[in-house]
Amino acid sequence: MTKNINITLKVWRQKGPHVKGGFETYHASNISTDMSLLEMIDVVNEQLTLDGKDPIAFDHDCREGICGMCGAVINGRSHGPEKGTTICQLHMRHFSNGETIVIEPWRAKAFPVVKDLVVDRGAFDQVILAGGYISVNTGGAPDANSIPIAQEIAELAMDAAACIGCGACVAACPNASAMLFTGAKISQLALLPQGKPEAVNRALAMVNKMDELYFGNCSNERECEAECPKEISISNIARLNREFVKAGLVSVVK
Amino acid sequence: MHLDAKIPSGPLAEKWDKHRFELKLVNPANKRKYNIIVVGSGLAGGSAAASLGELGYYVKNFCIQDSPRRAHSIAAQGGINAAKNYQNDGDSIWRLFYDTIKGGDFRAREANVYRLAQVSNHIIDHCVAQGIPFAREYGGLLANRSFGGAQVSRTFYARGQTGQQLLLGAYSSLMRQVAAGQVTMFPRREMLDIVVINGQTRGIVVRNLITGEIESHGADAVVLCTGGYANVFYLSTNAMASNVSATFRAYKKGAFFANPCYTQIHPTCIPVHGTYQSKLTLMSESLRNDGRVWVPKTPGDKRPPNQIPESERDYYLEEKYPSFGNLVPRDVASRNAKTQCDMGKGVGETGFAVYLDFADAIKRDGKEVIEQKYGNLLQMYEKITASNPYEEPMMIYPASHYVMGGLWVDYNLMSNLDGLFVMGEANFSDHGANRLGASALMQGLADGYFVIPYTVGGYLAGTSRPEITTDHPAFTEATRYVTERTRKLLSINGKRTVDDFHRELGHILWEYCGMSRNDDGLLKAKTLIQELREEFWENAVVPGSSEDFNQSLERAGRVADFLEFAELLVMDAFERKESCGGHFNEAYQTEEHEAMRDDENFCHVAAWEYKGDDTDPELHKESLVFENIELTQRSYK
Repeated sequence: MTKNINITLKVWRQKGPHVKGGFETYHASNISTDMSLLEMIDVVNEQLTLDGKDPIAFDHDCREGICGMCGAVINGRSHGPEKGTTICQLHMRHFSNGETIVIEPWRAKAFPVVKDLVVDRGAFDQVILAGGYISVNTGGAPDANSIPIAQEIAELAMDAAACIGCGACVAACPNASAMLFTGAKISQLALLPQGKPEAVNRALAMVNKMDELYFGNCSNERECEAECPKEISISNIARLNREFVKAGLVSVVK
Repeated sequence: MHLDAKIPSGPLAEKWDKHRFELKLVNPANKRKYNIIVVGSGLAGGSAAASLGELGYYVKNFCIQDSPRRAHSIAAQGGINAAKNYQNDGDSIWRLFYDTIKGGDFRAREANVYRLAQVSNHIIDHCVAQGIPFAREYGGLLANRSFGGAQVSRTFYARGQTGQQLLLGAYSSLMRQVAAGQVTMFPRREMLDIVVINGQTRGIVVRNLITGEIESHGADAVVLCTGGYANVFYLSTNAMASNVSATFRAYKKGAFFANPCYTQIHPTCIPVHGTYQSKLTLMSESLRNDGRVWVPKTPGDKRPPNQIPESERDYYLEEKYPSFGNLVPRDVASRNAKTQCDMGKGVGETGFAVYLDFADAIKRDGKEVIEQKYGNLLQMYEKITASNPYEEPMMIYPASHYVMGGLWVDYNLMSNLDGLFVMGEANFSDHGANRLGASALMQGLADGYFVIPYTVGGYLAGTSRPEITTDHPAFTEATRYVTERTRKLLSINGKRTVDDFHRELGHILWEYCGMSRNDDGLLKAKTLIQELREEFWENAVVPGSSEDFNQSLERAGRVADFLEFAELLVMDAFERKESCGGHFNEAYQTEEHEAMRDDENFCHVAAWEYKGDDTDPELHKESLVFENIELTQRSYK
């Protein structure tokens, strides 16, 4: 049932990438438990605006958990305590009256802070442009049904393709590794017959790019899988590793 | 002024082939001499930028988010139509064309819609080649499902995330072109003006949302793919940043705005539950394949749904429209939901909701099958409402979702301004007065992958353009204009937040220009909007500075544009003295309360020309000529 609660917020405020940041405390009262966490921040920001203060900057857009724009560490966990949920879908009914909520940006060398809770995730685009595609130009594709794909393979590819690129996996990993993000794309394309011709170069190029961008390596902590709002499986990292090793063996490009 | 749609002559089915042959070509070596600006990176913008890059043009692609992968196309759930007829159930290009024209209540151009149906099949081929994991049957071939307004199964889908998968496909092709050096990405940029020199569109002025810097970019042609304006209603299913600003600024520079009153209210959304609410969430139309819509037969029946026996339930859509049942088009389903609630038969705390019930489907197919088809949607519903849709029926209510209106374009998707192309939801072209489900994805990708690569070449080869640089006075003037506007917004120093103004604007439109409209209400809305706009410029508070990452300033600029645009929307609704599709004027309805068109006087596109801030815009009409199908009263009985 809907009720209203009072909460205390400790929010990371940082004016820019090269400025030292720190926590500020805010009180939010009469918060309906039907609100999402972002709607609660909207309420706080409305008050800050009326008080002549700078509202909290945070990224958000679709507010239905699919665009991947929002994301923050809530009480030490990427996207907060609920499993399989982005913060735009994290409702205040999961918090109790009088609780203190700590909100911080993703922290990773590859994701510099832009302002407050906003980070620059451009490194993810860099990883994709290293090879996260099938090289096919518009026009000239054969009839869509000319390549039958077993239903379970299509479903596995879809499981991997569900990644929203929010960065929670990187923020959750003690090494700030992007293996789950990269593994999901490599898996999706390696599973499908259309992706096989370029599988070797793709795995090498994407993994090398990831290293270059200061993402750390995977040491099997499994934090990424636990915090992923789309519940992308860590088996995609295993598939990435297989593809990478295979690529190292068969690649003609050294 | 005569609006020339430039529709090619000849039989309908041969127009596009003929036109493609007649369009001038740019030879491969010359393509690299041309720069094209694409604003927006959704299905239309992303696919256009990628395809133009593949052809060898130099493309600058701008988007408002931190990455092109986040455009709001990503949130489309249900699917994409194509006339493949893989199901052997009687589909064809002609049927998809006919369904789309009829679904749009005979207010779209025949030639454009026919082309859309023709290229629909190539879209599916291309998307499969890109590695998009569409749903498949056990035999490995592609699966289909049904959507509203069609009696065939022609919708391709990837769970409830079809838009996401199609967008990521376009995004991957786009990233490939970025890697190849053909496309340069400009993320976190908001277009604030277009630049027209000697009647030709030659560039844009944008604000860098991180530094606040105003940047000028020149080009040989500009393609706007900046989406729709459903957020003018404040609460809508659109993303928070979706806005009218890019198309509205182009309107103020001379581009005609067509049919702004054609707005789509989607029937199946999670109902409104509080004033703090920032947006509404759509529940895909595909749910109506298996879900049954009902309300209690007796007004005011407050019993929980499972205590209302079968005999006391009113399955009003199945009852009233036996051949289409729960799958009637969106405008029809929405209006019927409103009618039931207005009669006091609405359910839930507010009485503004109807049930969408899966009990029969679960009994018939088992929970696993339903979960496989709609799992992520039902899970999303449960997260938001804390109610389990496998056990009790969902509650849904219509919400602002999509707009058919947009900038006027000809058959080449070029506006009345030379060199300004408009695609996807930002243009007005293919959906008439109502869009059918799974047709927006089809249109966005058709425009970007298969139309613009031809028509932009025809324009570039067929015109001459003087060399310009961004030092040209037209760029200086545009920069001055947007800088001044920003300064003005920041100096209002009032006492009311921008969101609060936006919320009130939304109330006005929903009340007087929503699912049902009448002349008195529209006139009242016009006055209320003018008053609210006046108050905005005196009493809004916009904190921060212009030289910083300032989300309040971004929102203020968009709401200021909505406050002007809303008046145009209301005027257009007032001028259209008929009911058609999403535009329902109470004075024009059949005895059974269906929309009643006036083909004699209103079978036209209403295209508005800006005449200055203190002058009413001028209305131009493009007559719609139907040579291939007969105009009838739409019936889904």
